[in-house]
Amino acid sequence: MSHDTNALLQEARRQLEICNACRYCEGFCSVFPEMTRHKLFADGDISHMANLCHNCRGCYYSCQYSPPHEFQLNLPAALAEVRQDSWETLVWPQPLARAFHERGVKIMALLVAATMAMLWLVINLRSEGGTGFYAYMAHNLMVAIFLPAFLLPLVSVAVGLRRYWRLTGGKAVVLADLKGAFASAARMKNLAGGHGEGCNFEREDRYSNARRFAHQAVMYGFLLCFASTSVATLMHYLLAMPAPYPLFSPPKLLGLSGGVLMVLGTGEMIRLKLKSDPDLGSRRVWGGEMAFILLLGLTAATGLVLYAASGTAAVGLLLPLHLGTVLTLFLLMPFSKMVHGFFRLSALIIDEQKKRA
Amino acid sequence: MFCCKRRARQSDPPDSILWDVVIAGGGNAALCAAITAAEAGARVIILEGAPKPYRGGNSRHTRNFRCMHEGPLSVLTDAYLEEEYYNDLLLVTKGKTDEHLARLAIRGSQECLPWMEAHGVRFQPSLSGTLSLSRTNAFFLGGGKALVNAYYNTAEDLGVTVVYDAQVQHVHLEGDRFTHMEVSVAGGPVQRFRGKAAVLASGGFQSDIDWLIRAWGPAAANFLIRGTPYNRGVVLRDMLEQGCQSVGDPTQCHAVAIDGRAPKFDGGICTRLDCVPFSIVVNRDCARFYDEGEDTWPKRYAIWGRLVAAQPDQVGYAIIDAKSIDLFMPSVFPAMRADTIEELGAKLGLDGQRLSRTVAEFNAACRPGSFHPTELDGLATEGLDPPKTNWARPIEKPPFYGYQLRTGVTFTYLGLKVSDRARVQMPDGSLTNVWSAGEMIAGSILGQGYLAGFGMTIGTVFGRIAGQEAAAHVA
Ligand SMILES: Cc1cc2nc3c(=O)[nH]c(=O)nc-3n(C[C@H](O)[C@H](O)[C@H](O)COP(=O)(O)OP(=O)(O)OC[C@H]3O[C@@H](n4cnc5c(N)ncnc54)[C@H](O)[C@@H]3O)c2cc1C
Ligand code: SF4
Ligand code: SF4
Repeated sequence: MSHDTNALLQEARRQLEICNACRYCEGFCSVFPEMTRHKLFADGDISHMANLCHNCRGCYYSCQYSPPHEFQLNLPAALAEVRQDSWETLVWPQPLARAFHERGVKIMALLVAATMAMLWLVINLRSEGGTGFYAYMAHNLMVAIFLPAFLLPLVSVAVGLRRYWRLTGGKAVVLADLKGAFASAARMKNLAGGHGEGCNFEREDRYSNARRFAHQAVMYGFLLCFASTSVATLMHYLLAMPAPYPLFSPPKLLGLSGGVLMVLGTGEMIRLKLKSDPDLGSRRVWGGEMAFILLLGLTAATGLVLYAASGTAAVGLLLPLHLGTVLTLFLLMPFSKMVHGFFRLSALIIDEQKKRA
Repeated sequence: MFCCKRRARQSDPPDSILWDVVIAGGGNAALCAAITAAEAGARVIILEGAPKPYRGGNSRHTRNFRCMHEGPLSVLTDAYLEEEYYNDLLLVTKGKTDEHLARLAIRGSQECLPWMEAHGVRFQPSLSGTLSLSRTNAFFLGGGKALVNAYYNTAEDLGVTVVYDAQVQHVHLEGDRFTHMEVSVAGGPVQRFRGKAAVLASGGFQSDIDWLIRAWGPAAANFLIRGTPYNRGVVLRDMLEQGCQSVGDPTQCHAVAIDGRAPKFDGGICTRLDCVPFSIVVNRDCARFYDEGEDTWPKRYAIWGRLVAAQPDQVGYAIIDAKSIDLFMPSVFPAMRADTIEELGAKLGLDGQRLSRTVAEFNAACRPGSFHPTELDGLATEGLDPPKTNWARPIEKPPFYGYQLRTGVTFTYLGLKVSDRARVQMPDGSLTNVWSAGEMIAGSILGQGYLAGFGMTIGTVFGRIAGQEAAAHVA
């Protein structure tokens, strides 16, 4: 499939011009109100709308011009292609982005490699004197691997976002922007269909909140897990309270609830994706997206299993597996579907700015 | 009653089933009838002439319906009472309406809105660019296709059987009784669908171009049809041939000026052009033919279909300059654009020199004054025939833009006469078990002109009545 940015933009422009003369879908999401603020669509406007689109598909199933009509309206797909292409073009370094988004196999290969590397470390650099998981891998070694593995990809993302901000005409962020954007993301307003009954992702022309809720489970689950790690880090360094932590401690409670939410959420996401029509998204990245959801789910699931197995010999295998998934997730942050979170939030923030302008 | 909910199996030959209610058509009126009848316990079948992706007739192209209300209601602001509504109707129809039926539709519209919501239709605030309608018209979220989808889903949940690609060719009557419909499914041989009652809701005849030519004249060959290609008036003609009483002027159709590049059928709402008040409109020979600034666009857009239809080749060209390009809703296709009028003329297939003479004459007749795009500003030409009586600014600032205009037919007026219970009328009384609704009967209420959003109101009110009556008849 095409990486021809101009062709993708041109197709989206053609469709947006039809929509702008129609406007029937205005109430579904934030894309249409933004569209009506323009008469001509610059490339940056289209990228902005593409990243604002949550692929709820409402505008496809209710479009009187969708195929076989000769206007061939399929706005969710046209915007998905532009959105996907924007991530792959803007994030640095571009070849890595192009390599992984589309290729579930490569994502899985990286996962295997990361896990093997962790296993090798656990076997060969087994720490002396650590307790709990640190008995398998020294705390300092973990930090030495995971800190750069977390921070370097963030640099990639930051480069991409900076370019995105320039392209779409984003301005300096004020508090009101953040309020609006977070309020929208917190409730996944753009997947609510405008009426609160949800989107048309997996039930064709019937509405359903399944994807909205599944997404929130994953998102909040992820944030809880992230909070768990952050709290643990603080406890480690500030309070001199290293792991392992008991069940009734902030890191464990946050991590466990987050992990369960992520496992349930990703499982549901996979089910929904299998039921949905691949032609209403970017078809070429279907496999990569699927692998990414699987990776997220695996990260959470291996974490939970690891916790359940603590103290047993299985840790020797489970720990590298879990660390391998986390490492892969971190490394692929700029080069997989994970990156959508950063761009989506940026689009929501910029949209707040454009609404006010 | 349980048996009535049983769904027909694909394998049942149609002839072996005796349906309670057989419905011809699958647009708004048909669906309202089907849902109402099914909720009353009837076993209902919808015969939709279009294949599934094109189901829903002209209803899938709609955006709102006009709704009476005594106070704020759902997305509707303020109040819109019966008298005002009726007066609005009198204004557009110039009195050509059946007051009794019209008031029935108007009064019925108020309870339609909650009924529609209860059956899956979702509303949205007035679309940008249509704020003037926020009090009178409730807009469907996602437009008419979303409404049609919601009704098909509701009907399916109620056990209604739907057959797509099912062209009703004949409604068989024995005396004053309906017995069966003769139907070709997916182009196959004619089959019979037998029923105890029939509801006819298969729209007007505007997509039968030959009929349109016979009614209107040869010019109709060049008309574009804004809605579905499936409304060819087959059932309407069949009923008229069997002696049913008709309403509405058989020679007339509602037509507006649309983008000349629109497809022959099904171009829908987005092909509309709102540039006329800010333009001059010329014909094939580069001559102006009507006052482009006679009144605000919502009040005038419906006459331009006829005006263009009366020109050679049924085509017009709207010419504007850079000052005006942002004053109206965007067009579906970009305008033709050029740096000189001659060049624009050539791009539009006109004689560029003649066009620039017409523009120069117009410009010379413009007078200074203040220009107000949203109100009648009285900025008129002097000594020009025909004059432009508002918004007359010289066309001088490049780039220049041009649109080709053609006549786009919305619907035809000819229909069946019905009673206030939607029963189809013969010269000597009602048919016993045949009801009709929607576009098919609208001619008695909308004898002329059109009131935005009233088509869906008529379909919803009379569709529900037809469904109710048909179900009561078979109960
Ligand atoms: C572009 C456009 C925009 C419009 N916008 C509005 C609006 O915003 N608000 C409004 O109130 N009105 C609007 N109208 C008018 C409105 O569409 C009609 O008044 C309304 O849809 C009529 O509903 P109906 O059910 O009677 O007919 P339709 O919705 O046209 O349904 C007729 C059905 O009959 C089927 N059919 C036809 N022949 C046969 C046959 N022989 N056998 C079986 N089935 C058959 C067709 O396939 C179709 O399903 C608009 C019209 C157009 C063209
Ligand atoms: S998706 Fe279709 S119905 Fe919706 S605004 Fe665009 S053209 Fe109109
Ligand atoms: S798919 Fe949904 S979110 Fe995207 S443009 Fe269409 S209606 Fe908006």
